[in-house]
Amino acid sequence: MKHFRSIAEAGSEALQRLLELADHMAEVNRRPNPKVPALRGKTVCNVFFEDSTRTRLSFETAAKRLSADTMNFAVSSSSVNKGESLRDTIETIAAMGVDAFVVRHKSSGAPWQISQWTTASVVNAGDGWANHPTQALLDSYTIRTAFGSLDGLRIGIVGDVRHSRVARSDIEAFTMLGADVVLVGPRTLLPPTPLAPATACLDDVLPKLDVLYLLRMQHERMNESLVPSLREYTARFGLTPERAARLQPHALVMHPGPMNRGVEIAVDPAELPGAVITKQVTNGIAVRMAVLFDLLGSGGME
Amino acid sequence: MTAKQVLSPDDVRRAVTRMAHEVIERNQGIDGVVLVGLQRGGVWLADALAAEIARIAEPVPHGSIDASLYRDDIGLRPVSPGSVSDISFPIDGAIVVLADDVLYTGRTVKAALDAIGDYGRPAAVQLAVLVDRGHRELPIRPDFVGKNLPTSSAETVVASADGVTIA
Repeated sequence: MKHFRSIAEAGSEALQRLLELADHMAEVNRRPNPKVPALRGKTVCNVFFEDSTRTRLSFETAAKRLSADTMNFAVSSSSVNKGESLRDTIETIAAMGVDAFVVRHKSSGAPWQISQWTTASVVNAGDGWANHPTQALLDSYTIRTAFGSLDGLRIGIVGDVRHSRVARSDIEAFTMLGADVVLVGPRTLLPPTPLAPATACLDDVLPKLDVLYLLRMQHERMNESLVPSLREYTARFGLTPERAARLQPHALVMHPGPMNRGVEIAVDPAELPGAVITKQVTNGIAVRMAVLFDLLGSGGME
Repeated sequence: MTAKQVLSPDDVRRAVTRMAHEVIERNQGIDGVVLVGLQRGGVWLADALAAEIARIAEPVPHGSIDASLYRDDIGLRPVSPGSVSDISFPIDGAIVVLADDVLYTGRTVKAALDAIGDYGRPAAVQLAVLVDRGHRELPIRPDFVGKNLPTSSAETVVASADGVTIA
């Protein structure tokens, strides 16, 4: 694989391969010295045109655990503020010798554009509302670790699906791995073209779910009048103690973070037996190691 | 070319029994001895040696290691790791007997030595192989050998509990 830009582009064979590779990386991460020399001499550059702490730190940790060198580029302290174009920025960094760019950008499709300007591999760390494939990979990995496989599982994705790149990539990955995905949210927050079966009633589907995936409710949606109020949202779509009690005993509760406590999640996740939110973060490092190794270490130059 | 059998399943069984005795003899018992099979081909040999040592003396800890993230040819050819490494016992101070089916260039063993070092500092590492086919590219030699088998590098050696063939 040369790039990892979307789940659909990677395809199911690559998805399976990356999940298996992630098992090896998770084993590395459990060791007293969680570092292997696999990517010595390779350079990974994080180029984040949008704020992020967990994804950037996760990629940086993943690269370091594979012994790659890392460079970080944050827009706030860069020449972009002096008017440098995206293309010039990428070509400048590429000229310093970079093997992979990890890119987050507010515009959908930016990673494809960037890969035309460089010979380096491009990893999509989130583009607009379109894709967040490594998040989908870590979510799939977390579910697979709990259940052995995603085949036949019922997964409910709840919340602002319309504006969520996490939801888009998750739907692609979960479906590709054989799960039944149901989208739950107010009609204003569901995608205009159906990506999966959808409903506006969480309470109907809740007791049948194997995985409850809560999306972050972004406050700016209130200003756009897409939801009447956060309280209303919590009452209809939030995970309240009453709803938590109606989950199947084996059901997982997941969230991509950062959480809005009291909004989409109105219980303490520490007290939910099925909550795997911190495991998602831990697994994020392993799957990102798998992606970087597959791109840079597997003889992958096609 | 047709495959030629050089060791029968019985020959393999006898070789494993002899190597188990040699491991015990060399280490004057089994104190501190642990067995680690190299993914993928060496895992069955580590298991077989462990079973023999348990029969002759006492059970010893045994596990497996996947060294593909330590190889020196990463990026030159596709790497697909086998099963996940499984070492659930301390390596610090242990006498690690690495087991592999066929010793050839020595590069896999070198990678495995590097990998073992990340789990701890063994008192010693010894190498047990069912077949030594020569053509070393690194200064590595086995401590316990089932069979020395002169080969040309064009030939393929397949070694398992079901016997050893050369083609």
